[in-house]
Amino acid sequence: MSYTSMDPIPHRHWWRLPVGPDEKIWIAVAYAWCLVMLVWMVGWFFVGNQNQAGEAFKVTLDGFSNKSDQMIDQYQLKDASGNLMAEGETDVPVVQVPAGGNVYIAAHQFEWPIIPVLELGKTYVFHISSLDVDHGFSLLPIVLNLQLIPGYDYVLRFTPNKTGVYRITCNEYCGLGHHLMAGKLYVIDTAHGVVLDGKGGVKGGEIGGAI
Amino acid sequence: MATAILRNPQDFITCPDTGQNLNKPAISLAKANIFTAIVFLLAGGALGLLVALTRWPAIHILPSELFYIALTGHGAAVLLFWCHFFEVGVAYYFVTSPINARLATPKIAWFSFWLMLIGAAMATVMVLIGQATVMFSAYPPLKAHPLFYVGVILFAVGALIPMFIIIATLIKAKNERTYTGSMPLASFGILIYAIIAIFTWVMGAVIMIPTLLWSMGLIHNMDAQMYRVVFWALAHSTQQMNIVVHITIWYTLAAVLFGARPLNEKVSRMAFVLYLFALQLGSVHHLLSDPGSSFAWRTFNTSYAGYLAVLGSLIHGLTVPGGIELAQRRRGLSHGLFEWLRKAPWANPVFSGFFLSLVLFGFLGGITGVTMSNQQINMIIHNTVYVPGHFHGTVATGTTLAFFAFSYWIVPLLTRHKLAFPGLARMSTYLFGLGMGTFAVFFMAAGHLGVPRRHWDITYADASLPFQFSATVQMLVTVAEIGAVIGGTGALFYLISILGTFMGKTVEKGALPPLAEPAGVVAARLHGGTEPHIKGLEVPGSLVLCLTLLTFLIIYYFAQYKYLATIWGIR
Amino acid sequence: MADFDSPTENPEDADPVSGWQAFMDDPSMLLFLGIASPTLLYTLWGVMEVLSVPVAGY
Repeated sequence: MSYTSMDPIPHRHWWRLPVGPDEKIWIAVAYAWCLVMLVWMVGWFFVGNQNQAGEAFKVTLDGFSNKSDQMIDQYQLKDASGNLMAEGETDVPVVQVPAGGNVYIAAHQFEWPIIPVLELGKTYVFHISSLDVDHGFSLLPIVLNLQLIPGYDYVLRFTPNKTGVYRITCNEYCGLGHHLMAGKLYVIDTAHGVVLDGKGGVKGGEIGGAI
Repeated sequence: MATAILRNPQDFITCPDTGQNLNKPAISLAKANIFTAIVFLLAGGALGLLVALTRWPAIHILPSELFYIALTGHGAAVLLFWCHFFEVGVAYYFVTSPINARLATPKIAWFSFWLMLIGAAMATVMVLIGQATVMFSAYPPLKAHPLFYVGVILFAVGALIPMFIIIATLIKAKNERTYTGSMPLASFGILIYAIIAIFTWVMGAVIMIPTLLWSMGLIHNMDAQMYRVVFWALAHSTQQMNIVVHITIWYTLAAVLFGARPLNEKVSRMAFVLYLFALQLGSVHHLLSDPGSSFAWRTFNTSYAGYLAVLGSLIHGLTVPGGIELAQRRRGLSHGLFEWLRKAPWANPVFSGFFLSLVLFGFLGGITGVTMSNQQINMIIHNTVYVPGHFHGTVATGTTLAFFAFSYWIVPLLTRHKLAFPGLARMSTYLFGLGMGTFAVFFMAAGHLGVPRRHWDITYADASLPFQFSATVQMLVTVAEIGAVIGGTGALFYLISILGTFMGKTVEKGALPPLAEPAGVVAARLHGGTEPHIKGLEVPGSLVLCLTLLTFLIIYYFAQYKYLATIWGIR
Repeated sequence: MADFDSPTENPEDADPVSGWQAFMDDPSMLLFLGIASPTLLYTLWGVMEVLSVPVAGY
């Protein structure tokens, strides 16, 4: 009598049938690896430098927008002749918050509202959220991706480790202009003369050009 | 196969080729559901081709608005409608024929079929006329026309009802003693699928009904994050249902091709029960780079309560090929590690589709899925084209390819029509597997370099602060889309062959010829005997395949963390 | 293997089957497990997580 996976089991006590050596070996090896992954993931939370669980707060769209506006008013950079610095056709403000400060990214259809300027090796408190629909914050070329949810302030401490010009793209579909949503971010190192060149670049920066 | 007692023989027809008893109402329903699935595959596949030809940088065929419409339609038509019509259809077969059961309440099953069809058609039309360009995920506050949500709800309710019919059929068969002992593994897999589906479609109602009311203006506040939590219990689980069905199909095809049985019933069923308990927890994989949840909830759920569902998958990964290997070895194909596999019927699309699905699902979908669901790794791939790369590894080269292979067996069985265009069928599995496999690999590579998903124009030609992806990235995307076109050709060959089969002529006998030359005959020809040489391990070849997969997984996993460690500090 | 394919047990054997085996033969128990587990551990816990996000005051 021969049966297959398509037939009722012809054994009354199939639970008692012995498990073969191959299956025993594989189950042991496979689950050992599973436990390694579990321990590694939890361990990284405590000793790793990259963890996005972070903190979050419920906010109002207007309240978050005001925070962002106040930050721009206070920290938008000025060029050598005293004009406020902004780039692109839509005059996106270039903003440098002091190290340790709060950087608000209030994304909206179809624009990243500021071009942040950060100092190498300093830690900043980023608040990322949306003023309308879900957006995706994708920082290139390091490919760091976070989800932006309207009404939720996602609070994460960022410590940049390479100077230069970074790009931000939206990678959550946010409407018919989704593909227009490209932004920018600078990391400078003033102490070593790596500073904005005034032409949309960073003098001596490690990152730049095509992604 | 089934040797149980046949009650009410007037409700059955006996297949002259396989000897199976087919319950008449169940096969009519199975045919209707599978045929509808194929129509949606045709529609969804055509939209997918347009998406591919738009993302191919040198062609860029659609304007932006049509691109986003096509992408939304592609997702809904294949992820939901193709997979789930097909699954309901084959489930009706799996809970009747193998145990000589009669389907419970066929009239209600027909009612639910029409609900699904009306819902699916309504949602598809709303997408195609540009009233629901919100993607498959439809995250509020993006809003679609209320009729889109009505369509999704009708479909979900229509898909929920059959799950109760499936369970009722199994209970009734047990009570009527149409079989003795425990149900076949294939039917057990479908029971697990039905239970997961009940959770899934109930979650669908829980989230889609408030969303409908919101789109009609009857509710004003729709919490965007709350939606995501509950929506993914629906949407992720719809894809877990696919996995459970395609694994059931793997076991089934191993049985019909090679007479394989589970290596051990306890182990294989336990792997399904691990899915039942833990697989749906993976819904959190979509929320790992979101605000608003604790490390504890993320960790518990993303690891499926301690990687229990991953363990389940790894077990199936051994026991499915292991069942074939054991069956082949016992009939004499037992030389070396892989004679059982080399001498398998590679020219038969039922086998080639099945085995390619098994390998590609493991290596492309499985390894990447396990890696990207590690909490911290998620943040370096979230929402890049890595994600569609991964799920084409699971849904296209895993589920869809398994469904192709299964169609080449089940459609002739149900219709009593000979398989049409067998030459196209033979090519379809290879073209689709290799084409979609290429797409998956190259999209994942492009995703690692940051290409955003759901995106019409990665040249940012009209952006205020434009930038360029490098020539390397453009090349990766181009190769991926070439893969998509090759895969699409394979799908087209499948559609021609299966639609041709549906439209073929009924034959008395021989609609379903033997799928493979019996292993004993092959073995006698090759080495003059059929005596198995088995010493020590039962299935060493399958164990080697599994250890190879695990080695790739370990290397890939640590490579991701190695990269992660080089980026900014994030806390 | 040989004994696997030609069972020697008497099908009328009165010896009760193992608890696990009975569990896997019982759709209602499986249904309970399959619904309760993700509903409690994923959905309800997840909804509580979102509800417990503190309000920032702006």
